[in-house]
Amino acid sequence: MSLLEKKVSELHDLLHKKEINVTDLVDASFDRISQVEGKVQAFLSLNEEHARRMAKELDDVLAGYPGERILAGLPIALKDNISTKGIRTTSGSKILDNFNPIYDATVANRLYEAGAITIGKLNMDEFAMGSSNENSGFHVTKNPWNTDYVPGGSSGGSAASVAASEVLFSLGSDTGGSIRQPAAYCGVVGLKPTYGLVSRFGLIAFASSLDQIGPITRTVEDNAYLLQAIAGHDAMDSTSANVEIPDYLSSLTGDIKGLRIAVPKEYLAEGVDPEVKEKVMEALKVLEGQGATWEEVSLPHSKYALATYYLLSSSEASANLSRFDGVRYGVRSDNAENLLELYKNSRSEGFGDEVKRRIMLGTFALSSGYYDAYYKKAQKVRTLIKNDFEQVFNDFDVIIGPTTPTTAFKIGEKTDDPLTMYANDILTIPVNLAGVPAISVPCGFSNGLPVGLQIIGKHFDESTIYRVASVFEQATEHHKAKPQL
Amino acid sequence: MSQISKDEVKHVANLARLSLSEEEVDVFTEQLDAIIGFAEQLNELDTENIEPTTHVLELRNVLREDQARESVPREEALKNAPDERDGQFKVPKTF
Repeated sequence: MSLLEKKVSELHDLLHKKEINVTDLVDASFDRISQVEGKVQAFLSLNEEHARRMAKELDDVLAGYPGERILAGLPIALKDNISTKGIRTTSGSKILDNFNPIYDATVANRLYEAGAITIGKLNMDEFAMGSSNENSGFHVTKNPWNTDYVPGGSSGGSAASVAASEVLFSLGSDTGGSIRQPAAYCGVVGLKPTYGLVSRFGLIAFASSLDQIGPITRTVEDNAYLLQAIAGHDAMDSTSANVEIPDYLSSLTGDIKGLRIAVPKEYLAEGVDPEVKEKVMEALKVLEGQGATWEEVSLPHSKYALATYYLLSSSEASANLSRFDGVRYGVRSDNAENLLELYKNSRSEGFGDEVKRRIMLGTFALSSGYYDAYYKKAQKVRTLIKNDFEQVFNDFDVIIGPTTPTTAFKIGEKTDDPLTMYANDILTIPVNLAGVPAISVPCGFSNGLPVGLQIIGKHFDESTIYRVASVFEQATEHHKAKPQL
Repeated sequence: MSQISKDEVKHVANLARLSLSEEEVDVFTEQLDAIIGFAEQLNELDTENIEPTTHVLELRNVLREDQARESVPREEALKNAPDERDGQFKVPKTF
């Protein structure tokens, strides 16, 4: 078994016992990348020289001894919208083709402090707008389980690199499902934390009231280790929550006796593939066998979530993306006679179609005469959606359903119609609107492609999500399956 | 009924500082019309007495002492500049 197929705790032990050193791990990562990256294409840039130097330093200075730092020496990769000082950061966009951040995102800094080694930056849909990686300004990442299929998005590179064992784990970001949907499509574990739990300082903003950074891993335990390292208040992010961070690892008790699960009927309704539904029902049986009970509930405003989300996220994006004007950073158009042309041409040449479409939608929804009808209306419906969740959580500990209505689709299959593409996120979007945390864990296969089980928790109750996810993982074999590349 | 006209698309593009070709205007008019038409379903809901959610968490202003401190050094700030002169961002003429 390759080193990178082991768990965080196993690798930590091996380092501790000096059976391996950090250089072995970094070598294993770059070896695997050279073997499979041609097929998967998960990365936008590699940080090889620096990663190898850091590995050597850790080996020399610490003589391989990782100390108490559980993540020390472990190879990680970051979605390319997370700023990394001196390492090109594009957010998947041509407009940032030449951008080298002058500071690290808080999460990158915390991982550095923890001793994790950044192997490279991962492909994504441009500015995190997309569900397939086909909107990347650079290339399309492939699904490691079948390279004719999309890896999902927008954190497609983050999920594919972990599924393909190119790195041990990765970070993604999730605005409407961008961690959970690719995690489901690639058969790995992806958590969107509670809004505000993880600092967004240094994350290139898409929709600021929804964006959240989170971990993608192969096991639930590894996910908890990674969240532990990045969660917590940050004075540099005004939306960062000042809450006490629990010990996530100690929440993995293996005991879910008496746990109350809600299953929204809207999440298993028409449009959800029968095989996906079957896998979710099997998962519920497994959890029942472990002492949990479940009941059908209703989240009555679910069907309005998609429209609400596209109005709000596009409006926020149109404001956030106004900073890309070709003046202070990024790519500037060569043909501009005056300042207005410089703005317009730099933006029109630098942004792809989906980004333009959403900037247009957002600008329209915020424009004079339409603000109340679209933007404010959507904010009010958001309240109704949030209330749906609060109601259910009065009587239940978690909400469970599929992560996505179907498994991964073929590359090119949905690129013509934006609304069909948006429908992929119908089960993940309500979670972002409510700001609650949710995980996707593998729960089987349909036609050789992974199916994801979504477990949604109360605000700041990642511990219960991890406990349930871990019990499910321990009781099943799904997480042990590996793609053949 | 059409929700958005070509002229509106052109107007919005100007507000968003995007220049679109005639072809792009056609495509965007059709696509935005479909998306906005889809969003009309929100009008099925009576939200008369519902407060809008701008943010899911309770946010409070965070204040600190107003002390002078180091900022980003000028060289650093200019590192990614497409063009510069005399330590400042350089742009073409305004008009």
